[in-house]
Amino acid sequence: MERLLEIDGLTRRFGRSAAVDGIGFSVARGELLGFLGPNGAGKSTTMKMVAGVLPMSAGRVRVCGHDVARAAVPAQRRLGYLAEGAPLYADMTAGALLDFVARVRGLAGRAKARAIGRAVERLELQAALDRPIETLSKGFTRRVGLAQAILHDPDLLILDEPTDGLDPNQKRQVRALLTELAAERAVVVSTHVLEEVEAVCSRCVVISRGRIVADATPADLLRRSRRHGAVGLRLPASAAERVRARLAALPEVAAVERAPAGDGQTVLLALPNAAADAAGAVRRALDGTPEVAELWIERGRLDDVFHDLTRGAPAGTA
Amino acid sequence: MSRTSAIAAVARRELAAYFASPLAYVFITVFLVLSAALTFRLGGFFARGQADLQPFFQFHPWLYLVLIPALGMRLWAEERRSGTLEFLLSLPVTAAQATVAKFLAAWLFAGLALALTAPIWIAVAALGEPDHGAILAGYIGSWLMAGGYLAVAGCLSAVTRNQVVAFVLAAAACFVLLGAGSEAVRGALAEDAPALAEAVAALSVLTHFQAIQRGVLELRDLVFFASLIVAGLVINTALVELKRGT
Repeated sequence: MERLLEIDGLTRRFGRSAAVDGIGFSVARGELLGFLGPNGAGKSTTMKMVAGVLPMSAGRVRVCGHDVARAAVPAQRRLGYLAEGAPLYADMTAGALLDFVARVRGLAGRAKARAIGRAVERLELQAALDRPIETLSKGFTRRVGLAQAILHDPDLLILDEPTDGLDPNQKRQVRALLTELAAERAVVVSTHVLEEVEAVCSRCVVISRGRIVADATPADLLRRSRRHGAVGLRLPASAAERVRARLAALPEVAAVERAPAGDGQTVLLALPNAAADAAGAVRRALDGTPEVAELWIERGRLDDVFHDLTRGAPAGTA
Repeated sequence: MSRTSAIAAVARRELAAYFASPLAYVFITVFLVLSAALTFRLGGFFARGQADLQPFFQFHPWLYLVLIPALGMRLWAEERRSGTLEFLLSLPVTAAQATVAKFLAAWLFAGLALALTAPIWIAVAALGEPDHGAILAGYIGSWLMAGGYLAVAGCLSAVTRNQVVAFVLAAAACFVLLGAGSEAVRGALAEDAPALAEAVAALSVLTHFQAIQRGVLELRDLVFFASLIVAGLVINTALVELKRGT
């Protein structure tokens, strides 16, 4: 696979503390990498260094083979960047801004018109073109930011919270766009929305306090969840205690969690013992309990894994 | 090719930004009204009975002291405050290109304001037989001085994210550049250190502007303003690089 982004030992110190501390990973064409971490973990700092906006204290970043520290401009030609909060010239209209970016990127004449037209169409910006950016909604502003990032058809996209401030429909639209873009490019997206990672990312890198704590596919991460493979069941509260006791006695079950589900119902969650198949045992144990209205197997929850990874608690093996 | 197109694109955007806000119109109006008022009221344009623009140009160093820092203060401070500097620097533009582009836009704008005073040239030509060469030299000198002030104002705009601070610093720095050539400073230094007095005066904007204004474009005056502008741009670029990402 062609590696479009290679990061090695990347470090950024502010004073004596390191905001980013020896990060290394690479992204290949076709990958859509989710870049996760709590606020202040160093996501934006890393992305700024990749975009050539912030100098690095140590380490190396290569964009399409260009060393960003030595040849920022050639790297920036191959890269589209959306900064956190999408800062744009507020007094310009969306159309004028895209025209400006196209000119700076060396596009002119028909090629410029075509590039702008394509970006406008992809992000449905037609209605915003003649309006000053300061009068646009947050969602529109973000989409103008995305449009300028993809204008020159870059090989690598670095997007810092691209769906922040969008409504659910717009989020969905942008996710579809990201998936489409990633087919032929490499895309790095930072986000707080974990469902987004499950929905679109082919891989995630999780950082905490400036260091990488996980680099895996979303499915692999889910497997680290203590709820992965747990059996959930919904039943009337009146039967809950009896069933809970029966499940808790099973050797395959480590613990049973109980949570009210409203409407007189209760949800029980039977957490499996390591490497045991709890589902079969639970199903057998439930013979003769017609009260159980619903039964499912948990895939795990990314927010549990995220919490464990970034709070320093054990997050399982792998 | 792409290097000049990036500079042209940024300069074009900057120039448009002046006109997108009231700044352009306020600046031009104030400049025209003040320069006319000073010329006719204080300068004794008519009373002198001479067909030249001496009364017009003699106030420019002082007029620019207030107006040029007002033009230059936004160059970087505004971008840093609003976060757009990060956006600009993420585009394939070097700090040096951005600095040159911003300077050129502001300098062209100052040139436009200056060009709009052309009616006064026409008036003096209608009233008498002025030395057009001297007037042209005066305009060139005035524009060069505006460039020198702008280069200084650009540097000081790059050190802060507060435009008012940038304005005050730039006005103070321009005042020093100007005052070094004034009679007061020259007189004070002449007694104790005559050599120093000459050196200080040689570094002053006022000395070189007055030399040009007399109608002679001498190489050393042109070199002075060119050096001031280039030095300002070099320092400005270094400051932008130094402050990158902070």
